[in-house]
Amino acid sequence: MSNLLEVRDLTVSYGGIQAVRGISFDVPEGQVVTLIGANGAGKSSTLRSIVGLVKPSGGSIQFQRNELKGSMTENIVKKGITLVPEGRRVFVNLTVQENLRLGAYMRSDDLTEDLNWVYDLFPRLKERSWQAAGTLSGGEQQMLAIARALMSRPKLIMMDEPSLGLAPIIVQGVFDIIREINRQGVTILLVEQNANMALKAADLGYVMETGRITMQGKGSELAENEEIKAAYLGKARK
Amino acid sequence: MKKQTEAIISVALIAALLAVLFILERTIPSTSMLFTVLKKGAIYALVAVSMNLLNGFTGLFSLGQAGFMLVGAYTYGVLTIPVDQRPNVYMYYDGGMIQFALHPIAAIIIAGIIAGIFAYLIGLPVLRLKSDYLAIATLGFAEIIRAVFQWDKLGPLTNGSNLLRNYPSYKSVLFYFIAAGVCIALIVMLINSTYGRAFKAIRDDEVAAEAMGINLAHHKRIAFVVSSFFAGISGALLAMYQTSIQASMFKSAMTYEILLIVVIGGIGSITGSCISSFLFIILSEWLLRFLDSELVIGGFKVPLLRSGFRKVVFSIIIMIIVLFFRQGIMGTKEFSVRRIFNRITGRSRKSSEGRNGR
Repeated sequence: MSNLLEVRDLTVSYGGIQAVRGISFDVPEGQVVTLIGANGAGKSSTLRSIVGLVKPSGGSIQFQRNELKGSMTENIVKKGITLVPEGRRVFVNLTVQENLRLGAYMRSDDLTEDLNWVYDLFPRLKERSWQAAGTLSGGEQQMLAIARALMSRPKLIMMDEPSLGLAPIIVQGVFDIIREINRQGVTILLVEQNANMALKAADLGYVMETGRITMQGKGSELAENEEIKAAYLGKARK
Repeated sequence: MKKQTEAIISVALIAALLAVLFILERTIPSTSMLFTVLKKGAIYALVAVSMNLLNGFTGLFSLGQAGFMLVGAYTYGVLTIPVDQRPNVYMYYDGGMIQFALHPIAAIIIAGIIAGIFAYLIGLPVLRLKSDYLAIATLGFAEIIRAVFQWDKLGPLTNGSNLLRNYPSYKSVLFYFIAAGVCIALIVMLINSTYGRAFKAIRDDEVAAEAMGINLAHHKRIAFVVSSFFAGISGALLAMYQTSIQASMFKSAMTYEILLIVVIGGIGSITGSCISSFLFIILSEWLLRFLDSELVIGGFKVPLLRSGFRKVVFSIIIMIIVLFFRQGIMGTKEFSVRRIFNRITGRSRKSSEGRNGR
């Protein structure tokens, strides 16, 4: 299976502080890949640099063998990568439907089919298509953020902590949707602090600590790893 | 109600309004205060809507409107003074350096374009700023431009600190309504386009808008230039209405007046800005004039009424609005035929919107 995204020796710095210190990882096409790690490990910085919101200071980011480093966000979105930003960030004063149309901002073709597709995935959004996004509940806003990202018809969708601040039952729903989207052929790069859920859902997992990747492997194997259990899954050390 | 019937009713209402204005002009003496107020109201409605495009729809808090109006007003004046009048107007500068005169309509459009060019150049450094800092920078620009236009060395072009006058102007109130109406319609079309949706997205959340692939710098620049273009046009209309202009008129107080109109009408509502601009002009120029003159009823001198008291009353109104009616007259809603129709027939908004789509 070919790699959709290949990141090599990526470094990101803010002023003098290095947030990402030379990480390398692959995202194979059609899989769910997760980056887990504690606050400040550099997970969000990695995603933001892939989509061009922050400029990486070194390394390379290859998407379908094309170098992305230094491209504008709009061109990266056009190539087929979208980010579901941390904390949902829906456009609160716009209706659900307007939010969805904005997700497809870089496209100029007909959207009817895609609107129907995401409304099928998220029936709740269809019921509320005329409501302002700010009036939705947290879980519904997260669904909207994911649906909005899907409207650009991405090959790779990157999600930054989609379970943040949601009740366990809603988190379950979010992960069900992630699996469903993946089943329909979209590759997913997932950043999570909820390591247990993320590793269960993922084909491939990477563990980040203070800007470096310290462990990698199949999602199911990492979930069984004693060290990870101790560090992230709440199991007491011996 | 069908979209088509709605459009027909809207067009009919506009036609009726113009017809009423036409008849009024034939029946009431042209010196009536009514026409003064209507003309100025139309001009202020346009500039308020252009400010709303920036402040209300794109979330850029700019206070440079008076500066761009000045550029537009001067462009109009300089380009349209008849050649035989120039020695008269530019008496201190040997008739000035421009020795031709354009048709008023062409000059109005050029006034907008020049204001837009100014906006583009100023926008390059200034649009990197956010919120308060942007407001301070644009306010500073407006003050600087006012000083520059009065500069003696630019006299052959701008007539220094002297009046520009004797340029042609349309007297009919219809002209002001049609000009402002066409411009406002263009702004509404922009707001309802995909660009407008991107503006609103930037207003709501810059980071998310950028993540959707919306180029922030590009879209902010478009909003800024378009808003200034229409501010320039309204400046040209104001020059026409006042028959003479001077740079010292375009003080920051003018920007605050416009900002006040936008806030009263509702930030993010086009129709709100239009309604409140007429309301504001009618009150300040006409109905509340009595507050400025002393009044004696049966030997009793009413206290407080003297020159300047009008401003005090206005300040109190502003405070009341800011404290209790922060949404303004319309909030972010729009006044529309369908809304009224639904109100009358008592149908719920949701059901009709759901069916009509948008």
